[in-house]
This record gives sequence, structure tokens and C-alpha cells, in this order.
Amino acid sequence: MAKQTAIEQDGTIIEALSNAMFRVELENGHEITAHISGKMRMHYIKILPGDKVRVEMSPYDLTKGRISFRYK
Amino acid sequence: MIYLKTHDEIELMRESNLLVSRTLAEVAKNIRVGIKTLELDAIAEAFIRKNGALPAFKGYSGFPNTLCVSVNEQVVHGIPSDYMLQEGDIVSVDCGVCKNGFYGDSAYTFLVGEVDNNVKSLLKVTKEALYKGIEQAIHGKRIGDIGNSVQEYCEKNGYSVVREMVGHGIGKHLHESPEVPNFGKKGQGIVLKEGMVIAIEPMINLGKKEIAFKRDGWTTVTVDGLPSAHFEHTVAIKKGRADILSTFDYIEEVLN
Repeated sequence: MAKQTAIEQDGTIIEALSNAMFRVELENGHEITAHISGKMRMHYIKILPGDKVRVEMSPYDLTKGRISFRYK
Repeated sequence: MIYLKTHDEIELMRESNLLVSRTLAEVAKNIRVGIKTLELDAIAEAFIRKNGALPAFKGYSGFPNTLCVSVNEQVVHGIPSDYMLQEGDIVSVDCGVCKNGFYGDSAYTFLVGEVDNNVKSLLKVTKEALYKGIEQAIHGKRIGDIGNSVQEYCEKNGYSVVREMVGHGIGKHLHESPEVPNFGKKGQGIVLKEGMVIAIEPMINLGKKEIAFKRDGWTTVTVDGLPSAHFEHTVAIKKGRADILSTFDYIEEVLN
């Protein structure tokens, strides 16, 4: 049976850390640190604790991610 | 945390995996036009229990059956149903057992009756890609090497690799770390060590790589509706060569 990987998942922001990093809780309950994508910074998209976001992850490192979208 | 298996444990896992292979051969005997996928499931479950093992998928995260039966455009994790196999279908059967506390996991894609030549070649390439991946599964290589050779071979033939589903470590649990993607870059990911046991399972689409989840929470289908193939072996990492714990020999004996 194939394992479902965490390439793109939805999550909720728990806490804003320094350096535009955030702690994100994923839908499956795991907690990761994620940074905001450059394109989102360019467009000054602000992210606050409680926001629902889409996170991209690498299958090699499941503890870090990249926030690619903030849901309205 | 990756648990390295001892020689004895690997032999126990070989036993579990050979049972999976024999179960798949039982299923192969019964694949024909008009059989319901639920009937295949019942055959497999009876065979596994008769041999003193437990079906590994039944109840795993709420999966209801023994086999994952995925027909045509279904990629993996198809739930057996009243669907009757038809001439020209391809059906991927994924089976897992737990015996002596160790898991075995293997999958094979079968043809039902006469199938289009382009679908046949998809199956051929997927199976070859699996063995290309296994060639890389040796002590000292990296996880990315396996994925890279699978991906390169399939994309060279014009097919695409599913990203959302990956292979996995296996042992005392059905899914252990590491994850084994069927795509990747050479030299990336963790280093493979002797004693790791992984399931390599390329899921290759005839058309585009995108897949969608069905409402049942399990079945995945290709977005463009074109067929998808799936082959899986459980492999123990050794020095110099990969030790394939499961086998397709029983199945191919039945098919020929």
C-alpha cells in the first residue's frame, strides 16, 4: 500500500517566529516550521496566527515547509 | 528513526513477503472477465488466514478490505466493490500481510483479456522501472538515486510519475520511515544502509501526473482519466546488491 506523502498540505498558523518563519499545524496534526514564499513577500501578503495556509514540503525533510498560499 | 533489521528479522520478512506473492498468485488465477473485485478480496483474505497470517491493510487507518484493487484510471488504494472486470481493463492488486509480527507488501498490475498495445507498454515500462529502482537500492546509495532512476526511465518513455504517493520503509509496521519517492535528484535524501527494508512502488500514469482523491477518502484516480500502472516489491538493502524479498515468479507462473 502506497504511503501518502506530504508534498502539499493545508495547515493553520500557530505562531509567528522571527525571520518571517511560522509554526504551522498541518491537517494531520503534525507541527512544522515554515517560511513564507518570496512571491508572497513581494506582494506584501500578511500572515497572522490562525490563518489557514497551503504549505509545500519536501519528501526528504518533513519538519520544514514553505508557505505558498494564504486562504482568505 | 529508521530501525535496521538483523539478518534473522529479514528472513522473517522474506517469509511474510513470499506469502504476499503467493496470495497475489491466487488472485491471478481468478482474474477473468466478469469477476467482481470483492470476490478477489475474499479469495485473498481466505488464503492469507489459511496460512496463519493477518491481512495488513484491513483496518489500517480504516481501510475496509484486504486488497487494494485499482482498475484502469484508479491509481492506488481502490476499495473492492461490486464492479465486474471487463475485457480490456487493467487492474492493480496491492496486497499486504502481517506474519510473525513482520509485514510484507507487494503489488502487481494484471491485464484482463485483450488490452490496447499502448497500455501494455505502460505496464512493461512500469515493471522495468521498478527493477531500475531496485538496482539503486544498495548500501551507500541515497534514496534520491532510486527515485531518479525510476523517474528518468519513465519520463524517457513519455509517461509521468505520481508525486502524492510514495514508497515506504516496512518492518514491524506497514509504513515506516524513510519515504521512498519515485522521483527525485541523484545524491539527495538519506543514505541507504545495510539492514533497511523498503517498499519500492512506482505508480506511473499514461497521461499527466496529476491525481485526485475520491470522496471515499481512499481511491485515487488520474485527473485526465487515462490508465495508471503500479508494481511493488519489498527490498532489503545489502552491500553490493539489493535483496528482493517478494517475488513475481509465482504470479508469472500462473499467467504463462
